[in-house]
Amino acid sequence: MRDTFVITLNAGQESFLCGEDDTVLAAMLRQRRGHLRCGCFGGGCGICKMRIVSGAYHQIKPMSRAHISEAEQAEGLALLCCIAPRGDMVLSRVDGNYE
Amino acid sequence: MGFNKTLRPGLVQIRVLDLDKTLHFYKEILGLNEVCRSSDGLRVCLKAYDEFDHHSVTLRLASEAGLDYVAFKVNSPEELERIKDEVVAFGYRIDVIPPEYDQPGFGKRYAFTISTGHRFQIYSDVKLADQTPMIHNPDIWTEPPRGMRATRMDHFLLYGPNIAEAERFCKEVFGMYAPEVCNTVDGNRLAVWLTGSNKPHDLAFVEYPKPGKIHHLGFYLNDWTDIGNAADWIAVNRLKLDVGPTRHAITRGLTIYFWEPSGNRIEVYAGGYSAYPDHPQRVWDSDQLGRGLFYYSGEMVPSFLEIVT
Repeated sequence: MRDTFVITLNAGQESFLCGEDDTVLAAMLRQRRGHLRCGCFGGGCGICKMRIVSGAYHQIKPMSRAHISEAEQAEGLALLCCIAPRGDMVLSRVDGNYE
Repeated sequence: MGFNKTLRPGLVQIRVLDLDKTLHFYKEILGLNEVCRSSDGLRVCLKAYDEFDHHSVTLRLASEAGLDYVAFKVNSPEELERIKDEVVAFGYRIDVIPPEYDQPGFGKRYAFTISTGHRFQIYSDVKLADQTPMIHNPDIWTEPPRGMRATRMDHFLLYGPNIAEAERFCKEVFGMYAPEVCNTVDGNRLAVWLTGSNKPHDLAFVEYPKPGKIHHLGFYLNDWTDIGNAADWIAVNRLKLDVGPTRHAITRGLTIYFWEPSGNRIEVYAGGYSAYPDHPQRVWDSDQLGRGLFYYSGEMVPSFLEIVT
């Protein structure tokens, strides 16, 4: 049976559930949370960039280095279309990525 | 048909983040044929079934998605040299790429950067593909077209700064004309559609502050039925749809936009009017662009204008 985790965002004001084999972006959109702009779902356009405040994730596809440098990824930034949770996660916005 | 010096956009090199997955899309879903691979395994050359030249699309494994360059075929070696001289006279520095350098089958190419930050190349000589369309009492295909049944690489929309200079370059040096334009309320160019043939566009530009961006790469399908077939392939394969199926009022094309697995936006497109250089130019006001792009809804889709690779 697959695990499901709680993803919290906007300083605790919103949360949604995401399965371990689902991308955080797909789960967020399906549950209409976050109002995050989304684009290619392939790690190429960079629109779904957010900060991972806490929580482990598994990267299931490459993120374009034009949008997430190695240094940015090391300090917690990620493209939500490329990651699946490995535990409960807390996310915060990056300027310019909300409608 | 080329009316002018530049026959058509004949080659693009696209960066992909996941070569195997993205190649599967281009071959089995879009319907291109694999022609060859580089010895290091990092690049794959492809062509559509109805194209004659060696290949038209090269995928390169990279850490960023987007466009490496576009290359235009011109109509003779003499014209190639004349255009090269005109590129230099226009003020761009030329790099020479020797024959068979990194694109098998291609002769000498000249490369340069235009005002929008895009790398352009020109060439006149390219080998015919091993499998071309038939020419003697021809059937319509030799092997049944696959997937979306793309017939050719058709055009691209590029985003970058100073498209006014890019437009002037394409007209003055490439001999192209602009069947359609879009201007802001204060009269500045927001977008231009350019062609060297009677396709409504060989390429288009949108004014954008960041250089060298690509909005989409367009492939030609036969008709509206094939646009519906493409939509089915998008749905079955869980590709991310952007817009459509719909019609553009601009170019009159029937269209659908989506993203391939590495995040490059693809358009499959059919129809469109026949352009002629003597026809009056169609002009759009930017506040009507929603209707110009998405004729049926008449409404702009924000992600369409804002997201580029």
